Amino acid sequence: MAVSSSSFLSTASLSNSKSTISFASSVSPTPIPSLRRVVFRSSIPASSHRRVMTVRSKIREIFMPALSSTMTEGKIVSWIKTEGEKLAKGESVVVVESDKADMDVETFYDGYLAAIVVGEGETAPVGAAIGLLAETEAEIEEAKTKAASKSSSSSSSPPAAAEALVPSPPPATSSPAPAIAQPAPVATVPDGPRKTVATPYAKKLAKQHKVDIGSIAGTGPFGRITASDVEAAAGIAPSKSTVAPPPSPPPAPTATAATAKPTTTNLPPLLPDSSIVPFTAMQSAVSKNMIESLSVPTFRVGYPVNTDALDALYEKVKPKGVTMTALLAKAAGMALAQHPVVNASCKDGKSFSYNSNINIAVAVAINGGLITPVLQDADKLDLYLLSQKWKELVGKARSKQLQPHEYNSGTFTLSNLGMFGVDRFDAILPPGQGAIMAVGASKPTVVADKDGFFSVKNKMLVNVTADHRIVYGADLAAFLQTFAKIVENPDSLTL
Amino acid sequence: MQSALSISFSQASLPILNRPLCSSNAGPSTPRNLRFCGLRREAFGFSPSKQLTSCRFRIHSRRIEVSAAASSSAAGNGAPSKSFDYDLVIIGAGVGGHGAALQAVEKGLKTAIIEGDVVGGTCVNRGCVPSKALLAVSGRMRELQNEHHMKAFGLQVSAAGYDRQGVADHASNLATKIRNNLTNSMKALGVDILTGFGSVLGPQKVKYGKVGFPDNIITAKDIIIATGSVPFVPKGIEVDGKTVITSDHALKLESVPDWIAIVGSGYIGLEFSDVYTALGSEVTFIEALDQLMPGFDPEISKLAQRVLINPRKIDYHTGVFASKITPAKDGRPVMIELIDAKTKEPKDTLEVDAALIATGRAPFTNGLGLENINVATQRGFIPVDDRMRVIDGNGKLVPHLYCIGDANGKLMLAHAASAQGISVVEQVTGRDHVLNHLSIPAACFTHPEISMVGLTEPQAREKAEKEGFKVSISKTSFKANTKALAENEGEGLAKMIYRPDNGEILGVHIFGLHAADLIHEASNAIALGTRIQDIKLAVHAHPTLSEVVDELFKAAKVESPASTTAQGVKVAV
Repeated sequence: MAVSSSSFLSTASLSNSKSTISFASSVSPTPIPSLRRVVFRSSIPASSHRRVMTVRSKIREIFMPALSSTMTEGKIVSWIKTEGEKLAKGESVVVVESDKADMDVETFYDGYLAAIVVGEGETAPVGAAIGLLAETEAEIEEAKTKAASKSSSSSSSPPAAAEALVPSPPPATSSPAPAIAQPAPVATVPDGPRKTVATPYAKKLAKQHKVDIGSIAGTGPFGRITASDVEAAAGIAPSKSTVAPPPSPPPAPTATAATAKPTTTNLPPLLPDSSIVPFTAMQSAVSKNMIESLSVPTFRVGYPVNTDALDALYEKVKPKGVTMTALLAKAAGMALAQHPVVNASCKDGKSFSYNSNINIAVAVAINGGLITPVLQDADKLDLYLLSQKWKELVGKARSKQLQPHEYNSGTFTLSNLGMFGVDRFDAILPPGQGAIMAVGASKPTVVADKDGFFSVKNKMLVNVTADHRIVYGADLAAFLQTFAKIVENPDSLTL
Repeated sequence: MQSALSISFSQASLPILNRPLCSSNAGPSTPRNLRFCGLRREAFGFSPSKQLTSCRFRIHSRRIEVSAAASSSAAGNGAPSKSFDYDLVIIGAGVGGHGAALQAVEKGLKTAIIEGDVVGGTCVNRGCVPSKALLAVSGRMRELQNEHHMKAFGLQVSAAGYDRQGVADHASNLATKIRNNLTNSMKALGVDILTGFGSVLGPQKVKYGKVGFPDNIITAKDIIIATGSVPFVPKGIEVDGKTVITSDHALKLESVPDWIAIVGSGYIGLEFSDVYTALGSEVTFIEALDQLMPGFDPEISKLAQRVLINPRKIDYHTGVFASKITPAKDGRPVMIELIDAKTKEPKDTLEVDAALIATGRAPFTNGLGLENINVATQRGFIPVDDRMRVIDGNGKLVPHLYCIGDANGKLMLAHAASAQGISVVEQVTGRDHVLNHLSIPAACFTHPEISMVGLTEPQAREKAEKEGFKVSISKTSFKANTKALAENEGEGLAKMIYRPDNGEILGVHIFGLHAADLIHEASNAIALGTRIQDIKLAVHAHPTLSEVVDELFKAAKVESPASTTAQGVKVAV
């Protein structure tokens, strides 16, 4: 036993005398010394190798090194450097795991780690590009674009590259799904240089979840940013939950032990070739808010609204830049002004919090996420200002430039799927608000009046979800009646 | 236990019996007792009855001798030389002094030890011993908190928590127990423990006494200074013992701060970072050099950083000095001002809940009366030659005066002090001995542990260049070790630096599970001069972690063949 294992073990000792592998580059006039040493080469196409020396390309690819003669692929254990970090010749950049050991890979060049193409925990074949190195800071962006195009064609697109700034398709002005409040401030720019104090773990988490630490308000001692602040900002569950799982189910009575696997979950296994894509920070925030919403007792009330007059008005004001969203927000705002309880919220389960402003959050789908820009004082601003404001907010949302107060100050949410032909749906109430309105499509409908005459009117179904701790059925009914009246006699909207 | 037995017989009278029982007596010049804290015979009183009988007899006879010593007429073990009160007086009852005292008694010297504080010194009371208690706790916490690790075993553990006072008590109880064992072992052997601060009055003359009491003056044929060290606190740092602390305070674990800055990333800092992060603190290292863990082999420190620093709640600032640290007061946190280590430009200000100063240790040599014998300290250290003989201001040896341990600064480790003490006793009892410091292992008890002996790779390469020999490296990963994998602890690396021409081991560095225990095969080989081509034929039980070291030996490529007789090994000193 000892002998046989010993011979096995001895193969595992490393044959090379130095396990730090350095990058060589094909830019250098000497030929590639051996695969093991080549990690870098110029990003110029291989066919133009001869001319490479004259071309001043300063973006180099970092390649998966061959750490042993048998190695065909390697796993990235960790990136020691982060994107944008400066590298000095000889510094370790990445740790690669082979079948035998983990090895640090060093750089032969000074420069910047411009982009990580293969993320931590992922595997790449020997010789594949795993990252890009830019010689100057100015070339980082260029390298990032390269990395993005690289990763879009690669099946294992790393989260880092996915974050690269690729123009997103124009978002629908309203969202395909209801409500979310307070997503992570993904790319908010800090106001200015101020001293932020963050604990070591908070910094680590922020880096991991790509949260800008400067955008987080610290709640820890002396105003410092703690891990839980970052977790809240990233919308993830606190990691401290080392709470034990409930006692495991008793072992299967049949003691065919050999194959009995201690499965702790009853979920069926993934189908072959399925893929798992982790949530982005924004998606995590949505997920967290949706789970939280389950703790609020909600109910729904629907109401048909005649939109002939509204449609006519819309045709009139459209050339002046007024959108349907602004019209609906203004109508909701005016109705809320008369029914403050629907604009209230229940924060602690013991009291009504009447909000001093009527701020209408409008759900918007943006690429891979959902955000709720807020039209503040929707009841007070006139239709044109409101429309202008809305355009501005949508633009900011697309470029992920919304400031926290521009997406988390809503007191009531509007979600409109009408433009997709959806005739009715119900929305989930976002935590911290009293009600949310789901607006369906306006459709020509045959109606009979009290005298028995039939006519065709445009009808739209509006469905409001509310927190029954503070808003009761009659409140909601009264609010909807007011809303319908405003929509059906929309002249007041333009005042 | 066996060595306890051997004391009760004179070595000369029972050489054959003695040899197998106490092998260290048999090896002619092997430095013995290289154990970390030199706690040999601390369990003296718990020996099986057979030994106990002989011991009791021995103690009894010792008592008689002691009382007889007043008339200075007794013969045999422990009788002082004619005109001296003692053969050997040791100033300082730390691990170094203790090791020397036991060896001295064994060699038949009448011995006294002077202690101004508590027996056991830094190691037992404020160092290795209580820190191991805290690290034992942190190791278990770490394991219990690692859900992934537990799951891999198929174990389920409910939320692990701890009681701070309970942890602190474990550390202080351990220190008390070891201190008592140490005291008892010396008492049992008849070492006179004298209380008070000792200082050198002149050649072969020492005074000691408590503050406010008249001094006692004693004479001794030989004197050993073993006064140890205290935590070093750089200028500008205000230690209040509550929020700005040294290892002395930290070991009492009076609080577990949410966020603690540790100044210095050597052994002490690393071990405390392991303890604090396991107990839930976040840690910021402040290191003056450009890299963390500067004292370790670069490859080991790189891997250690990846395992011990990066995945934990730790960040760090390197290349900076903490120029000013103000304790928390008036509702403000601990403020740390950082300056660039090279340019001295201000770099940053940190606000943390606590700061631990782990910038090393300073020799405790004040008030030793060194001026009486014209000895000038160098940065506080007492200059000595390679036989621990004290050198005076004119570069001349001071006769009959030795200095061991942290006070001479050669190698500030408890077991090194003890080994130096034993070496001195060997010399004063007529056998020349020079301790090979390169054979003294060192360990850092993080999880996993780091251990080393001999040269680092850069040191070895420098030496090789100078002396014109070749250096080779063999390496193995814990991932290839069955026992490590069974424990789900495959993270680790062992590396050996050696001469391919003659098979000499220059250094061994291990980072991995139980590394501190694994190093001794290598350190013993270095101490005994065993060559790789011989030791690689030795057999290791399978499956054990010791096979990691075995792998190193087997992976080495040595040009010279194994010696014909494995025993024919010369001792390297």
